[in-house]
Order: sequence, then structure tokens, then C-alpha cells
Amino acid sequence: MSVTVPGPRRPREDALNKLKPVITKRWMSPGAWKLDVYEQLDGYKALRKALKYSEGDLISFMKESGHRGRGGAGFPVGMKWQFVPDDGQEHYLVVNADEGEPGTCKDLPLMMNDPHSLIEGIIIASYAIKASRAFVYVRGEAIHAARRLRNAVREAKEAGYLGKDILGSGFDLEVVIHSGAGAYICGEETALLDSLEGKRGQPRLRPPFPATHGLYNKPTCINNVGSIAAVPHIVLGGAQWWKDLGSENAAGTMIYSLSGRVKRPGQYECSLGTTLRELIELAGGMEEGHELKFFTPGGSSTPMLAADSIDVPLDFDNVAKAGSILGTTAVMIFSDQDCPVVSCWRWIKFYAHESCGKCTPCREGNYWMVRVYERLLSGRGQMGDLKLLESACKNLLGRSFCGLGDGATSCVTSSLKFFRQDYLDYIEGHKPAVLDAATIGAH
Amino acid sequence: MNYPEKIREQAEAILVRYPEGRERSALLPLLHLVQSHDGYVSDDGIAFCAEVLSITKAQVQAVSTFYTMYKREPAGDWLVSVCTNTLCRSKGGQKVFDALSDELDVGHDETTADGKITLEHAECLAACDYAPVVTVNYEFYDDMDEEKSLGLVRELKEGRRPVPSRGAPLCTLREISVQLAGFDEERTAGLEGNAQGDATLAGARLAAEAGITAPAFDPTAPLLAKQPEEAK
Repeated sequence: MSVTVPGPRRPREDALNKLKPVITKRWMSPGAWKLDVYEQLDGYKALRKALKYSEGDLISFMKESGHRGRGGAGFPVGMKWQFVPDDGQEHYLVVNADEGEPGTCKDLPLMMNDPHSLIEGIIIASYAIKASRAFVYVRGEAIHAARRLRNAVREAKEAGYLGKDILGSGFDLEVVIHSGAGAYICGEETALLDSLEGKRGQPRLRPPFPATHGLYNKPTCINNVGSIAAVPHIVLGGAQWWKDLGSENAAGTMIYSLSGRVKRPGQYECSLGTTLRELIELAGGMEEGHELKFFTPGGSSTPMLAADSIDVPLDFDNVAKAGSILGTTAVMIFSDQDCPVVSCWRWIKFYAHESCGKCTPCREGNYWMVRVYERLLSGRGQMGDLKLLESACKNLLGRSFCGLGDGATSCVTSSLKFFRQDYLDYIEGHKPAVLDAATIGAH
Repeated sequence: MNYPEKIREQAEAILVRYPEGRERSALLPLLHLVQSHDGYVSDDGIAFCAEVLSITKAQVQAVSTFYTMYKREPAGDWLVSVCTNTLCRSKGGQKVFDALSDELDVGHDETTADGKITLEHAECLAACDYAPVVTVNYEFYDDMDEEKSLGLVRELKEGRRPVPSRGAPLCTLREISVQLAGFDEERTAGLEGNAQGDATLAGARLAAEAGITAPAFDPTAPLLAKQPEEAK
């Protein structure tokens, strides 16, 4: 099931034409993180334009653009904005900048290189939902991103883009950049809210949803960095322009984050619906001596796909049809030299570590799956282990408050589907043990 | 709880960032703040946060133990984190961790005998396009291998501060904790620290070289077919 992809220096035209530098275009300008350079590069023009419209018009426009969330779930942004009730009570915009899904690395470069685009998007979004306070919950470890975001907030405030009566519109907004402290679960929106309230980052039961009962139990709109940073571009370019940048059923561009066994890993902003074959082509081909074996379309919580999915257009619907989830388009590319069983073991160790412990299926399921993987990989696996893993996944999926538990099962069930023989090889002794039974305490 | 006046002033400055009556939101930054003074979250630090927020020490401790960035033991000036999650591991992250562990003679979440360097294996650090990746006090050292990472920690041991691939020039873990508590970077050089790397710019460069740009648009075109209503 391996496919060799040739790696020419200059990619073929059809692949090249998928490149659409919009969100990433300012990254090339070294000083774009500063206000003066940002303003020279169309900065804060979208805000001036947006403020000419009513809040309702902006929401209609965002719905019209077909823009969907970039944080993994792909929820329509305009609809999310509309869900925030306009009932006079205080409400909030919260930006989820807790990037931590294994494989995902698109928001950090954006916040470091183009922080004002996020701030400008926040001002427009807050205006549309009538929020006078916005919070950016930045992953703690992302210190350079937080540093530049704080600077951007300070600059924007000095220039009258934030604070009281923004650009004479009568609209007030305060933005707080809040650093987390190291917990993957806080990327889950309700856990993020608890964390932002100064508690342990544990998810909440839904309903009620954050749109009506969010931060401090008030109506709250939570959007991913990528969803919001695209807003100024969409406002300037127009709904049709944004739609045309994508493919038939998916509007806009997407930053595909390629990592793993390609010659030039990195951030490639393309039309939504670009295939893995085209992406590998753009990245200069596979690394020398490596053949594609499997990949994740959008991070470790999205089921892995095998090499024969190389021509699946990577957009919301087509990836779902292929049996996975578009997620964050964190495309981790693995070769014949990477073992899917070892990969899953390490991912499950991650989920076991990051499970907040609130729901028993997730807390216990991941803990025990690590043990099963370690037994397999230390050469002591039993035929029943594969059934045991499947049964653990069955008891995990859909039985926890949040998506962490569901996400953990993705790699296990998909790898068992595509690469059962790789598991059997450890049990049947065709592959040598990769873990030492004594040191890991396998039993 | 002998915290200097400056820490108390900073604590006050943190509280006012949040809406009135919602001061508990300040707990995470406050924990970063006490870590900036003590080098870890000490019992005194917990008591201080509890006092400032008028909550119990148990409530503070429940939070501080939930998050990995709050250290429970005195940490070194230099926190060296090695990503060993699947992608970095496949590209040599575990070998890097093992090499550093041998060199420093410490395991995960342990500090060298001289108290200078704390080593930890980290989960995904959101830099998979630079795998395997190492951070020192959360500044990035990209595309590492065993040799490069050994060079990095040897320089740290000798008292030098090697320049990160991306991020600000190094400051100590205590100093970085002040920024984690939400205070501005005061060094111009810190703000100007590099954020552009080959992988970050890979797609944008390729497009520029090939002369590819996004389609042009008319920024003055109305958002909706109808004329804009005057905003209030």
C-alpha cells in the first residue's frame, strides 16, 4: 500500500496553482508584527470598512462567505456569531489560541508573524457580536506569540483601534492576552473557559452551550485563531472572493501544516480541497528513501488514512467521506520506515497524560491502552490484545464529556483497520520488540 | 509570605485585567507570578495566591497541580524541553532526550546537581514542521539532533546563552515567568526575536518564486448586495 511520489525541485503547475497566499502573505515581511508595517500592508482597513455596517449585516455577510471554523470542527463562523443572544447582558469573545493538537503548528507562526491580523479580526468579531471584552487564551508555552500579541494590543490601543469609542464608532473593546500553563485539554472550548476562570481545565457538560452559558456563565463566542485572523481578509476581499479561493463546497484558503517525511516540511496555504499528492509535490517530494505509508489529515485526533487516500481532496466533506476528519489540516506524513503501532503507542501515552481525569472511560481507557501497547511492543502481545484495544475504544468513543476521549480512539481504530498486520507482526514475532519489558513494567 | 512590594503591585495589576467580581480568573497568571519569584510554586506562593483571591489554599493547589508549567520543585534557570511526541520522536526526538539525559545525568522533570538546568520531555510543542524540536524556557531551537542539542546544553552549562532559532534571546525561567504572568516584554531585542524560519515561510516563498498571488479584489466593494446601513 505504498505510493512513491516523485520530488521535482519545482512542483508541477497544477500543484503550484493550489497555493493561495492570503493569511500567510504578510509572514514574508519581517516587520509585519509592528503596527506601522501592518498598516502599510492593508492593516486595519477591514476594520474601518466593517464599522460602516451594522452588527447584523456583518453576521449576514460572514454567513454569506461560507467561512467555517479553522480549529478542527469546521463550524460555520457566521452562524456561531449569530448564536450569541443579543439580550443586553454582558457577553464575551474568547479566542482559542491553545494550539497543542499533535501535528498542529499553524496558529503559532501566525501569532508570531502577523499578530495584528488576529487583533483586527477580534475587533471586527467583537463588534459583530456586541462584546466589549475579548480574551485570547494563548498556550502557555507559546511565549513569543504572547509577547507579540501583547505588543500588538498595546500598539492598537495607542492608535485608537482598541479601548473606548474605536475610530469614533462608539464601540468599546478591551482585549486581554491570557497565557495558559500547560494542559492540552484547555484547547477544548469548555475546559478552556474553566481554565480562564482560574480553575482546573476540565470540560463542562453540554448543553447548555457556551453561546448562552459560557465564560462566567454569560453568552460567549469561542473561535480559533485561524477563524478570526481570516476575518479582515474576508471583509476586504468579499464573500464571493473568499468562496472562489476554495473549492466547490469549501470556502477559502487553509494553511496545511506539513510535517514528517517530506523534503520541505512547513506551512503551505492552499485552496481548501488540495490533495496530499499535491501537497507532497509542493513540499519537494518525500524524503529520500521514504515511501508514503500513512498520514493524518488534521492532527493526531483525526483517524489516520493510508497511502491510497493520496488523491482525496482535503476539505471538510471529502475527508469525512474517506473516513476521517479534516481537523486542523495538520498533515503528519509517515513513511514505510515509521511503524503505525509505535506511533499509536506514543499518541495514546499523550492522551493518557493529557486526560483531565474527569470522565472514567477516558481516564482509565487511555491508561490501560498504554499498557496494552507496551505489552505488544515489548514482544509479549497476545492475540486477544487487538480485541481488547477495540473494546477499549468502543467503551471510550462517545462516552466522555469532551472530544479528547473520542480523539484518542481515532488512531487506534484506524490503524487497526489499515495496518492490522503490523500489530500481528509483533505478536507473531515477525518484528523485534521495540520496548524493553523490564523497564516499562509490561505484564 | 515575605513577598516584596513589587510582587504585590504586580498581583494588583493582574487582578484588574478581569471583570469586577471575576478576579479568580487571575489565578493562572498569579501562579506564574509567584513562580517568577520563587522559581517554582512554593507553599508560600500558594498561600499568597489564596490570600490575594480570598480562596482556600486547597483551591489554589488543586489548580497548580493540574498544569505542567507550574513546577512543584525548585527548577533551574534553564528549562530544557524536548518534544518526544510521535512526529518528533519519529525524527529523532527521543534520541535527543536520551542524549541530554545522559549528558546532564537527570531524567524527566529533574534538575542538575548544580541547580542550573531542568530537563523535561514535552508533549507536542506546535512546531512539528521543525521536528525534532527543543525549547529552552519556551524559546524554540528547531531541527535539532543529538549533536546540536548536546552543544546547546553545554553552552548553557558554561553560562552562555545560545540564540534560539525562533523566539527572544534567552532570559531565565524566573524572568520568563513574569511575561507568562501577562507583563510586557521589556527588551526591544526580545520583541524583535526571530519568528521566521524556512518551514514557516515554505509555502509563501514557493508562491512568491513562482509569481503566484491570491486573486485581486476591490476592497471598497460593499459587503452585501444592499447598501450599508449607517452603524449607530
